Amino acid sequence: MTEPIIEFKNFSFKYNSQAESTLKDINLKINKGEKILLAGPSGSGKSTIGRCLNGLIPNIDQGEITGQCLVNGKDITKTSLFDFSFTTSTILQDADSQFIGLTVGEDIAFALENDCQSKDKMHQTVNQWAKELQIKELLTQSPQSLSGGQKQIVALAGVLVDESPILIFDEPLANLDPASGLKTMAIIDKIQKELNATVIIIEHRVEEVLSQSIDKIVLVNDGKIIADHPTNQLLHVDILEKVGVRQPLYLKALAAANVDLGSIQKLDKIADLPDSDQISQKLTSWTNQISLKKDKSIKQPLLKLDHVGHQYSKHQPYPLQDVSATINKGDFISIVGQNGAGKTTLCRIICGFISNEGKITLKDQDLANLSIKERAEKIGYVMQDPNQMISQKMIFDEIALGLRLRNVDEDTIKQKVNQTLKICGLYPFRHWPISALSFGQKKRITIASILVLEPEIIILDEPTAGQDWKTYTEIMDFLKHLNNLGKTIIIITHDMHLMLEYTSRSLAFAKGKLIADTTPIELLTNPELISKASLKRTSLYKLAKHYSLPDPNKFVQAYINFEQQNWRDEDYE
Amino acid sequence: MNDSKILGYQPGNSFIHALNATTKMIFLILVSIACMVTYDTRFLIAICILSLILLKIAGIKWKQVSFIVKFIIVFAIINIIAVFIFQPTYGETLYHSRTVLINAGYFTLTAQELFYLFNVSLKYICSIPLVLLFLLTTNPSQFAASLNKIGVSYKVSYAVSLALRYIPNIQESYWSISAAQQARGNELSKKASLGKRIHGTLNIVTPLIFSSLDRIDTISTAMQLRRFGSKKKRTWYVAESFSLADYLVTSLAFILVLVVILLFKVNSGRFYNPFV
Repeated sequence: MTEPIIEFKNFSFKYNSQAESTLKDINLKINKGEKILLAGPSGSGKSTIGRCLNGLIPNIDQGEITGQCLVNGKDITKTSLFDFSFTTSTILQDADSQFIGLTVGEDIAFALENDCQSKDKMHQTVNQWAKELQIKELLTQSPQSLSGGQKQIVALAGVLVDESPILIFDEPLANLDPASGLKTMAIIDKIQKELNATVIIIEHRVEEVLSQSIDKIVLVNDGKIIADHPTNQLLHVDILEKVGVRQPLYLKALAAANVDLGSIQKLDKIADLPDSDQISQKLTSWTNQISLKKDKSIKQPLLKLDHVGHQYSKHQPYPLQDVSATINKGDFISIVGQNGAGKTTLCRIICGFISNEGKITLKDQDLANLSIKERAEKIGYVMQDPNQMISQKMIFDEIALGLRLRNVDEDTIKQKVNQTLKICGLYPFRHWPISALSFGQKKRITIASILVLEPEIIILDEPTAGQDWKTYTEIMDFLKHLNNLGKTIIIITHDMHLMLEYTSRSLAFAKGKLIADTTPIELLTNPELISKASLKRTSLYKLAKHYSLPDPNKFVQAYINFEQQNWRDEDYE
Repeated sequence: MNDSKILGYQPGNSFIHALNATTKMIFLILVSIACMVTYDTRFLIAICILSLILLKIAGIKWKQVSFIVKFIIVFAIINIIAVFIFQPTYGETLYHSRTVLINAGYFTLTAQELFYLFNVSLKYICSIPLVLLFLLTTNPSQFAASLNKIGVSYKVSYAVSLALRYIPNIQESYWSISAAQQARGNELSKKASLGKRIHGTLNIVTPLIFSSLDRIDTISTAMQLRRFGSKKKRTWYVAESFSLADYLVTSLAFILVLVVILLFKVNSGRFYNPFV
């Protein structure tokens, strides 16, 4: 069982479209039946490694290869994509855009159709896998209508029909709510055990992936493999955060409380941490020493939602209905809940993109009579995908667009845009073309282009989805900076720690209804709300429970306060 | 984006939804050809009534098709006016008689010309509902399967069905990008001048094209990773066998073609002539 199924020998790869090599002199061995986490920041080359394993390199992506890469004994330069498809199965990052069939059943059968299998045999295979993965009742539905977690499972079923020995998951957790993420990891684990497949998970969310046992973590940065160790061993080395990958929170919290991680034998699971009174005491005294600041300021109501709702179609199972809430000036609000619970719908209603069943007032002004354009001057909306918002070539023009369309004179525009660029930390790039920017920078451009209109409220739809820790920190710190300047900020998110760390108030949605409007901490202490809204507790809470701390919530709050102390507003001055 | 505004396949339970896609396509092709060839008013009126009844049976709502229908009506009217302008006497030549209705020199309108134009309009009313019916009640994958069955290469068939599938998706992206652009201050409502609206629409098209290109790239990668195009043939998960109803509908299509041929004999030509 120790023969390598994947082997990179002094392997380098340079895309024809790029000046520098993306992968530099890689040596890596992966054995049959192993479960590997391939981690690294965005642009580190981890996805490129994945593309070598499924044959997209060199069959689709042209480039220069030096060295050798063997997958299941086959040299990738001498193997066709077709041959590869029996060896390696890939679940692409965005399940939504890879569905080909109109129904779940058809999509699962796609590879079999291409193999010219008879209809009866296809139906039999599809039924068998659907039963195995418990998605039988979904077979006749459209893949697009499913929840995020279900989509991942359908995509998985579609490649499992091939029974290939290697399974690659490209960022399987990127678009999932926390509960679905856990479930997906559990299914990957189950399938891996049943098929004895070699599983490679490309992710930067180390903590979530480690909810199931992982044999080895391979850490990639700047095209090189900088660590390749068994999970437990790697967690003992303080290396993840050096390359911009977030370390599991419970480890950070232990380290913050001055617990020596080196002295603990097994770090990869909270349940396996030693039962030690010494650690318990350290955590308790650390919790007590941190002062909990209470927010007592009285807030001015800004935006009032009164029985807000919208129904897309008669067949919609859970249309958004009856949402009432008051948003105060200076609030930093997170909107959380299951995929399809109505989070984005609510934001679209507020911005006037779709009709509203109820009433919305901003400072006692009824918004119903305002056009989209007029509302945008008060409430800005940043879409999830920056590419759907950007329409100009140059950074300056993109940010100036809103002002130009409002016939502001060019001098004022110049002054306002430059000021906004400075706030956003983009001033040095002002003459750059947008195409030269990274995803995180593009996101900031879209925020800047909204900010320049000086709205009182900014709404962001999953601003950090699919972003690595570095970009995440960059975007969130920037939003926090804006919040400190007095802007009211509302974000939709699936990230529990983001919710705890940055936002002061949470609106939780489930099945089209607002089920909670409270502080993030309160939300995550209510098991009923957690399960209804598909959320999950952070590992901090589990850690506190594991060491039977008197008040686990206080511990979580203490850690968050601790992190916030490290925050400096001056970074933007 | 409201479901009922989307011009694309919508599942349903009607008799027409249940028919095999190949049947529907054969019916569409044969009946359209029959209607194109013949100018027998009685036949055309019968098919008109039939296709309108079929639309009703399939439960298609006016809202779903209103935009495209209005669009076609405008073009149909332009077409008919053009036909009249180019040769106002064509009706007389066809029907060998002349009954003047309005005397206006070159543009003299005769009952014969009017009757001819009426027949031309009927052809539109016959075939447009049938095409819409086909698009709205046929599962694109089954459509691809049926194209493939009647001999079109499966790659072309699949491309056609993907294109049909993505119409609703692209419509949806268009609406969300458009909303975002309007929020930026791009006025696209009737308040803005036509020039401004055209320029504004260009600002939506750029992101739309780029995001669609991304999507095409991903889907084609996904298809190749799952062996699309690796063999000369492929099978279809959704392929359906012919039921009794399919045989009956297909036979009906052939019978209608036969009727048209018979009408050729009866009318001694393509035209039914009520004037002689």
